[in-house]
Amino acid sequence: MSKKSYRQAINEALRQEMRRDPRVVLIGEDVAGGRGGSAGNNESWGGVLGVTKGLYTEFGPDRVLDTPISEASYIGAAAGAAATGLRPVAELMFVDFIGSCLDQVMNQMAKFRYMFGGKARTPLVIRTMYGAGFSAAAQHSQALYPLFTHIPGLKVVVPSSPYEAKGLLIEAIRDDDPVIFFENKVMYDDEEEVPDEMYSIPFGEANLTREGGDVTLIAIGRMVKLANEAADRLKAEGIGCTVIDPRTTSPLDTATILECVAETGRVVIVDESSPRCGMAADLSALIAEEAFADLKAPIRRVMPPHTPVPFASTLESLYVPDVNRIISAVRSVAPQTAERVA
Amino acid sequence: MSTLQINRDVMARSYRAMRTIRDFEERLHIEFATGEIPGFVHLYCGEEASGVGVCANLTDNDTIASTHRGHGHCIAKGVDVGAMMAEIYGRKSGICGGKGGSMHIADLSRGMLGANGIVGGGPPLICGAALSHKLLKDGGVAVAFYGDGASNEGTTLESLNLASVWHLPAVFVVEDNGYGEATAASYAVAGTQKARAAGFGMEYFECDGTDFFDVYEVAGKAIERARRGEGPSMVHVHLSRWYGHFEGDSMSYRKSEDVAAERRDRDCLVKFRNRTTEAGLFTADELDSVDQAVRDEIELSVRNAKAAPMPEAPDLLSDVYVSY
Repeated sequence: MSKKSYRQAINEALRQEMRRDPRVVLIGEDVAGGRGGSAGNNESWGGVLGVTKGLYTEFGPDRVLDTPISEASYIGAAAGAAATGLRPVAELMFVDFIGSCLDQVMNQMAKFRYMFGGKARTPLVIRTMYGAGFSAAAQHSQALYPLFTHIPGLKVVVPSSPYEAKGLLIEAIRDDDPVIFFENKVMYDDEEEVPDEMYSIPFGEANLTREGGDVTLIAIGRMVKLANEAADRLKAEGIGCTVIDPRTTSPLDTATILECVAETGRVVIVDESSPRCGMAADLSALIAEEAFADLKAPIRRVMPPHTPVPFASTLESLYVPDVNRIISAVRSVAPQTAERVA
Repeated sequence: MSTLQINRDVMARSYRAMRTIRDFEERLHIEFATGEIPGFVHLYCGEEASGVGVCANLTDNDTIASTHRGHGHCIAKGVDVGAMMAEIYGRKSGICGGKGGSMHIADLSRGMLGANGIVGGGPPLICGAALSHKLLKDGGVAVAFYGDGASNEGTTLESLNLASVWHLPAVFVVEDNGYGEATAASYAVAGTQKARAAGFGMEYFECDGTDFFDVYEVAGKAIERARRGEGPSMVHVHLSRWYGHFEGDSMSYRKSEDVAAERRDRDCLVKFRNRTTEAGLFTADELDSVDQAVRDEIELSVRNAKAAPMPEAPDLLSDVYVSY
């Protein structure tokens, strides 16, 4: 056990799985970075933000495959390779680039098993960066996990910390279905204690990162960190929050969510994706349908506005949910002082 | 002119496969008109020598990806005809349990990575299958069948590039039947397939898709090249489709004499029969008995398909994931 960054945790998961299973190969743009360059350094980058650094040196060009800037061909190739015996981990540098290759994800890998009557296995992972907070603007900042959650046949993972990232990525690589693994680009330098050994975290099992009986906070990805901070500050003023990190949006641990809602009757959902047809809308529908009688207050959603992600830092900080907005939302539904259990 | 230096068993199997495709498709043409077959059906009649000529160079260890006009490729790759027919009727006994239908017939145990409802869907997958063959060192080759229409898809052009960059054991077979849906290739395809292959540093071959022997020999060169680790190539197959884009298409964009002439002068089965009987390789009786066996097989496949049970409610929810 030692302190590791989100970047190091992901790198370590890839390295350990590649050592364990020779069928695991990395495919992506500049995952080595430098092939054919005049400097003769085939691994100059190790990923655009250095997440795969060192893997080319250890595993060589047959296991760490740089691609042309050509998402449709190599994401499709990952699907074809997975259906024929490899276990690829493809990197879609920014999830925004899905526009260039969605067919291969939505119509090919996601549907093979069903269309082919259960006879196909497509064990692959697409690692991809998401999220605002980097002033990367409208085409490099989206949080598109609802888009993939919407598509049957895909599993969708949104890890909220370095520990979570390592365990969930190992699980993703060992899984026999196509998995989309969302890495928040703002979190790569976040650090926490992460075991050195391999471990995996099962999909569809939510994690309670805070427990308190007054309000249920459901948060996804980086929003878990903000929800935890909000919960800690609210505790000081006597409001107890349970924070649920679903870890995976597909499969979704509906049982844990409904249990917590039954306990508190008050729900705030924090989501970085666009509000319309997003995860918060999906979770709200679940709760309204399955736990209406438990609700003591309207469901509150803390989300960005329905706009593209802006560039200017003043606008971007207004765009992404922050701790203060979460706190306000919780206060607006929290029980009166006398009724609080925290 | 291609030679006839081909193993007699290969020729016999290939004739049977071509005849099976022809009868399968002609029968679907009739059955579809009765309204009993749901969805879309795209027929491969007239193109049989292409799929069979290519696949006669392959084994179950090799992989192909097909198109929405995929029945011929499936039969050529050895997929069970009865299970295919049942699939097209949407029956539980179908090769995909009735959940894929005509456009999604697949059999991975035969190296058949699926017909594909998306034009240009297959070439990227074939890059991946070729990568598997290369890295797993199993000696296999991966072949993408795609049409002149799909040759304009970005996925196809990207795949030609990727296959060359990665030096993959892949073959890109352009089945150029002259039409993408209702629009002629003469309108929609700029430049030439040959120049496109050259643009990606790829070897180029072409052949007459109505001549089994020509396809077999030319595709064989491309496939053996890939098998020897010499990289990908393109095989441009010139052919014609005899029916509309899909069943129900009256082909109002095409002179009826064109198709009649194709049927009269460029029927791959007639060509095969004339050539092999004249050379004394088969007797007319031998080929007639194959024809009869195929007629019986297709008749049986239709009868069985019609009698087979439909999938039921639990089948709706199964096979979305391996585990969930």
